[in-house]
Amino acid sequence: MRIFDPHIHMTSRTTDDYEAMAAAGIELIVEPAFWLGQPRTNIGSFIDYFDGLIGWERFRAEQFGVSHHCTMGLNPKEANDEALAREVLALLPRYLAKDRVVAIGEIGFDSMTRAEEYAFQAQMELAVEHDLPALVHTPHRDKAYGTQRSIEIALASGISPDRVIIDHNNELTFQYVRDAGCWAGFTIYPETKMDEHRLVRIVAEHGMEKTIVNSAADWGRSDPLKVPRTVQALREADFSDADISTLVWDNPVAFFSQSGRLELTDEHGPADPSATFAGNSVLRGAREEG
Amino acid sequence: MTQLQERPLAIALDARLDAAGRAWLAAARYEVTNDEDAIARIFPAVGRHVGRGPLDATADRADVHAWTLDDAARTLLLVALGDGAAKELPLLYRHGDGAERRGVLRALAYLTLDDAVGVPLVEDALRTNDVRIVAAAMGPYAIEKLDDAAIEQAVLKCVFVGVPLDAIEGLPERVTPELSAMLARFVHERVAAGRTVPADVWPVIDRHPPTTELAEIEAELDQPVTERRLAAQAALSARAANQG
Ligand SMILES: [Zn+2]
Repeated sequence: MRIFDPHIHMTSRTTDDYEAMAAAGIELIVEPAFWLGQPRTNIGSFIDYFDGLIGWERFRAEQFGVSHHCTMGLNPKEANDEALAREVLALLPRYLAKDRVVAIGEIGFDSMTRAEEYAFQAQMELAVEHDLPALVHTPHRDKAYGTQRSIEIALASGISPDRVIIDHNNELTFQYVRDAGCWAGFTIYPETKMDEHRLVRIVAEHGMEKTIVNSAADWGRSDPLKVPRTVQALREADFSDADISTLVWDNPVAFFSQSGRLELTDEHGPADPSATFAGNSVLRGAREEG
Repeated sequence: MTQLQERPLAIALDARLDAAGRAWLAAARYEVTNDEDAIARIFPAVGRHVGRGPLDATADRADVHAWTLDDAARTLLLVALGDGAAKELPLLYRHGDGAERRGVLRALAYLTLDDAVGVPLVEDALRTNDVRIVAAAMGPYAIEKLDDAAIEQAVLKCVFVGVPLDAIEGLPERVTPELSAMLARFVHERVAAGRTVPADVWPVIDRHPPTTELAEIEAELDQPVTERRLAAQAALSARAANQG
């Protein structure tokens, strides 16, 4: 089974994680630009982070046969440092032009402030301008209202709902997303929030249309194998391989392909992890060998 | 700098592009000639329009020295920038992904540039661990511009990260006795660890055969530790094959 984790922050993860992910069948990932757990204080920190997403992290992933893509954006928490936020918004077009940048994101709300709303709207305009889909993070607090408001703002840009993922849904918010015609993301966390068994119940009841699953693994307590574990839970619940594949491969591929920048099988060659890992002489360069 | 002419590159690339790629490149070259700022938008998009396969259709994909279609197109775009290249180059490199950085490095030998612009980019590239970037940095520009100490470190870097030395044009003329000795010490270190040694270090070592270091490697043939003895045998027979 080919597995795509469409939301995972690999910059915060180790090579052990890459190894385990590749072994579990994950061959394609999207790393959304996000915050680092503490606020950045100058534009240079953003530049270095964005450079890492399209450079070193991509190279690191390739060594394990994992095809790395990313989204670029100013996250809602840091949108609240308004002076810095303006600089980041001015910087973004340069990075939105890059290969394998498959959406703008993650954008949206954290505390529902005016500054967050401004950055959200400005970035939806950039999405339309650069012909990119949008990955919208929903707030953890006051989630139902935050989700509805996020959908409203995203769609006010004029973007087609087909090109918007509203992420981190639960049993209640996902209905709003579906009604709006947007894609619904479910993040499977280790303990609180959504777990794989709740996800199984949701798709059993509502189907898989425009639905994707991710781990959103980052520097916090999280599990980069949550998508493969969801595959397992779906199998135990007697879903067919074809159905499971829709959820963990076809759907995210269909969504991010809208960017025109998803590279599935090409000269970067992710298709067969073992072949890439063992056979490619490029890989010897991962680390200086003493 | 013995500046390279872009015409052969343009011909080779043209032969490998389809009509759409050719039309895109022609429009892009025209655009950057007339509007320097357009390069920031065009440069990242090159691979999506001209492809990323090898420029020489017969080249091995794993060959980190082989030019790609996007390398060639990026070089032509930078040549088209003319005097504007000096201003844009550091920014394109600074904000570039791996392919863009490679494109900048490949182009250096084709541009009229102050050393103060080009050399720092090569130095930065040689600090990375991305083999494709290290390989692209080791082009004719670096071979001509870097001083002896920098060449020595660059060659060691190549050996450590796995960039083949034999395809680096002009390297033999830049080999100093110190570099020969450094690589011989590297071989000794590897042999003493019972490990293999890439065969392409030998032409560099034998440019100025370092007597002391070579004797130390030969002494490993009498080692009681089997792995060391075998590693020494393998390394020295690669040397003999290279000399033969
Ligand atoms: Zn996230």
